[in-house]
Amino acid sequence: MPWDRNQMAARAAEELEDGMYVNLGIGIPTLVANYVGDKDITLQSENGMLGMGPFPFEGEEDPDLINAGKQTITELARTAYFDSATSFGMIRGGKIAAAILGAMEVAENGDLANWMIPGKLVKGMGGAMDLVAGVGRVVVVMDHTNKHGDSKLLKECTLPLTGKGVVDRIITNLGVLDVVEGGLKIVETAEGVTEDELRAATEATIVN
Amino acid sequence: MKKVYGSAAEALDGLLFDGMSIAAGGFGLCGIPELLLQAIKEAGTQELTFASNNAGVDDFGIGILLQTRQVKKMISSYVGENAEFMRQYLSGELELEFNPQGTLAERMRAGGCGIPGFYTKTGVGTQIAEGKEHKDFDGETYILERGIVADLAIVKAWKADDTGNLVFRKTARNFNPPAAMCGKVCVVEVEEIVERGTLDPDHIHLPGIYVHRIIQGEHEKRIEQRTVRKREEA
Repeated sequence: MPWDRNQMAARAAEELEDGMYVNLGIGIPTLVANYVGDKDITLQSENGMLGMGPFPFEGEEDPDLINAGKQTITELARTAYFDSATSFGMIRGGKIAAAILGAMEVAENGDLANWMIPGKLVKGMGGAMDLVAGVGRVVVVMDHTNKHGDSKLLKECTLPLTGKGVVDRIITNLGVLDVVEGGLKIVETAEGVTEDELRAATEATIVN
Repeated sequence: MKKVYGSAAEALDGLLFDGMSIAAGGFGLCGIPELLLQAIKEAGTQELTFASNNAGVDDFGIGILLQTRQVKKMISSYVGENAEFMRQYLSGELELEFNPQGTLAERMRAGGCGIPGFYTKTGVGTQIAEGKEHKDFDGETYILERGIVADLAIVKAWKADDTGNLVFRKTARNFNPPAAMCGKVCVVEVEEIVERGTLDPDHIHLPGIYVHRIIQGEHEKRIEQRTVRKREEA
């Protein structure tokens, strides 16, 4: 059985180590926070916060306290606030150990496309380009194929790029792959998914 | 040195002109200068270029100036929450320059610090880099981005003293300090103007040197995405 959203998030949480400062993207990456367990992880929200807490209890929402997805959140005992220039200074400056982000397409050389589809509604890249250019490690969590069954792990991205050669690891519903010299390397497969099935669903070059 | 004004309209008096550029603080609807935006709407100033991370929603934030067609161009990183924005953009009525969020913040900060340009890795190899100077430092490629100096900065803070020293609150700080810094003139709206000497000098987020005019007012502070958890989950 391929992994579901929560299993993908749980697998992505295994990428995080004690003491890391981490930025989580919107969508499945946000769920990763539910699976960090006892690990001492500090979440960064690029609108100006380190130490992001869970959603508030009903009635305790604060309009001055939101995450990068504009959702109401809470602070923790460790929380620090800062302005947007400082926030992206720590991102661009390589102080954030890892970012876990969603993707529309990833290429075998680590190119990432996740911000626009030409001809469709263009909303903007937000902080995604800064994150992939600056953080120590970029982990992408995404469905392996689109709704037509076509691979989203490609030889070359067809969509406009968010960053060139920036992805380190890809976690999909079928397994985990690393971007290495010459293509993608299978790290593991989801329980019940064979390597052959994963290869068959992948357009990108798989190296041994 | 009189910086405190009685209303948003008074504070903007003499500062607005057609075709001007305005840097605005805020992230989504959090920490936006809602009173000053309303006053700009009422002043009817035309052909505005806004440097602002977002464009508000249809009926709040910069969105209210889109409804009245006062905005010519937006410099933003994300504009997804505004249907009227999309309509004007797709019909060619509105210019849009996408900047990566950190690049936009740094452009404002740099402009305010007398730095006309800076090199960044952000956007290298993407559409953003097209037409920009590329330069290698220590084996890595960077692109040149320009500092922004705006005719006017409009900013929302939590508290100010009458000299313009500012304190922000939680994530409502966001783009407000860099926006304030890059304005030739900076007008700030706050929830409370406090007596001089009551703000701890060690806890000032933005010193009053960046602030020229201040108003105090009532803020709606609208929430864009209300997300909560149940008590039982605690």
